[in-house]
Amino acid sequence: MSTATIDLTHRPPAKGGGFNTTLLRLEIRRLLRNKRTMLFTVLLPVAFYLIFGQTIKPSDQSLGPGTHGNVSAFIMISMALYGACLATTSGGSTVSVERAQGWSRQLRLTPLSPLAYVVTKALTAMTLGLMSVIAVYIIGAVTGKADMPLWAWIATAATVWVGSLMFAVYGLFMGYLLPTENVMQLLSFTLVIFAFAGGLFLDLSQTAHWYQTLAKFTPMWGLNELVHVPITGGFQWLSLVNALVWLGLFTAGAVWRFRKDTARV
Amino acid sequence: MNTAEIDSSSTPQRAASTGSAPVALELTGVTKTFGRVEAVRGIDLTIRQGEIVAFLGPNGAGKTTTIDMVLGLSEPTSGTARVFGLEPHHAIRRGLVSAVMQTGGLVKDLTVRETVELTASLFPTARAVPEVIRTAGIEEIADRMVGKCSGGEQQRLRFAMALVSDPELLILDEPTTGMDVNTRRAFWASIRADAEQGRTVIFATHYLEEADAYADRIVLVRRGQIVADGSAAEVRALGAGRTVRVTWPNAEVEQLRTVDGVEGIDVRGEQVLVHAKDSDAVARYLLTRTPAYDLEIEARGLEDAFVALTSDDDLMTESEK
Repeated sequence: MSTATIDLTHRPPAKGGGFNTTLLRLEIRRLLRNKRTMLFTVLLPVAFYLIFGQTIKPSDQSLGPGTHGNVSAFIMISMALYGACLATTSGGSTVSVERAQGWSRQLRLTPLSPLAYVVTKALTAMTLGLMSVIAVYIIGAVTGKADMPLWAWIATAATVWVGSLMFAVYGLFMGYLLPTENVMQLLSFTLVIFAFAGGLFLDLSQTAHWYQTLAKFTPMWGLNELVHVPITGGFQWLSLVNALVWLGLFTAGAVWRFRKDTARV
Repeated sequence: MNTAEIDSSSTPQRAASTGSAPVALELTGVTKTFGRVEAVRGIDLTIRQGEIVAFLGPNGAGKTTTIDMVLGLSEPTSGTARVFGLEPHHAIRRGLVSAVMQTGGLVKDLTVRETVELTASLFPTARAVPEVIRTAGIEEIADRMVGKCSGGEQQRLRFAMALVSDPELLILDEPTTGMDVNTRRAFWASIRADAEQGRTVIFATHYLEEADAYADRIVLVRRGQIVADGSAAEVRALGAGRTVRVTWPNAEVEQLRTVDGVEGIDVRGEQVLVHAKDSDAVARYLLTRTPAYDLEIEARGLEDAFVALTSDDDLMTESEK
């Protein structure tokens, strides 16, 4: 008579919490399949750039002495940032739909660790963010108005993309916080507000003093300042502090809701 | 381990043959309270490898709460749940347990095949995807979006997801809801074949005939406790006896309770139903000591046993030790 239980050596825990490339590939394919997401996160920022970055009167005017680009390039960077944030928020917030459909519960019955799931979600969101940045930059290059040195194209694109991680975390936070399937409708509205407040859609130096002061406390301001540093050269610590504080807040919020969602009660 | 006995009429032997098999699931004094509600009120249960166990009980009996604890989705308020000697969430991490839920648990924007592929990628010891798709009978719909599948097709997909993970313990919640008769039969044939290889299966169902036909063992839960545990034949015997039905206007049933073997009394208007082991004694009493008339005696099936064991307040609690 055997009293031993089954041989657990044939059943090791999943490596890396179950993280794997098949999962990542299928997640990205899902996102690409969603036409509405593609429209809003890739075509919309491109369209915004074509409208704002090409038609504004002094679009080929230099940003001034000591800088490395023109107004069109400046606006292109802003629109790429807006697109990347929209894309990563959208990618992160898909956890909301999955919770509503019982998918995250189903995944908890597999060896996939909740952390590996969140990392996959963030990577998927970042992939979509990268597509958004590339789309805007390609249009910027093709239409020929945006002007800055090659290294600045690369440096700004990279900063925009890495910076948009903050909004992947924001999307995850909101996806875990809000119980609806249509969370993104609400989130795109908040992003428009952040973009106006943070100076992506308007020139803050032309606004009232109180507006400029308020802007410094909003989540996209710091990021927007930082991504333009390669061409403006005007780095200020305050923008880095702003970005890090908001990243910290979003991360704390996401961890809090995530823990709550995956807790064994 | 011999688990070749699959004829449902021989389930007592089957239960005996797994009696020495290693333990798959062990619940010891498990309780679960939500605020003031006691959803589970002390469950002790040992299930051995290779057993097919039906988990039966009315809604709100504590079935889902118990299954959630077995799956590591929630923690017992007191007592312990162990799956293959491990804490449930550790067993899940090793891919030892898989579950098919009745609803939800699918994303609409993946195809059927992709859903199985994705599930397979999460388990270190997954089975081959094409083979599983064939077994589950979803080849024809493999490239269809999950959102476009019917309820029955989605249920077959859930089954494929459970199969592909090749678990040691498979938990099914109302697994055949929405399946047609042929699919249901194919489904159970496949479950039985795997159980013979040593897989343990626990399923919750409302189809009593399904529990009767496919389970080695039936665990009846009522109000957070196990009220019966045994083979279908044993459970039927527990709730056995007969039902005596009479017409008795303004029935005064208190005295009737003292009659030997009376298990329950159910007054429905002028009709009185008496569940009893000794129906002759009840009939004699009713016809000689009361104004009741129009008497009928009925034998009970598993369904009546189920009703008697899970809804009858006068029933003593049966717990197998």
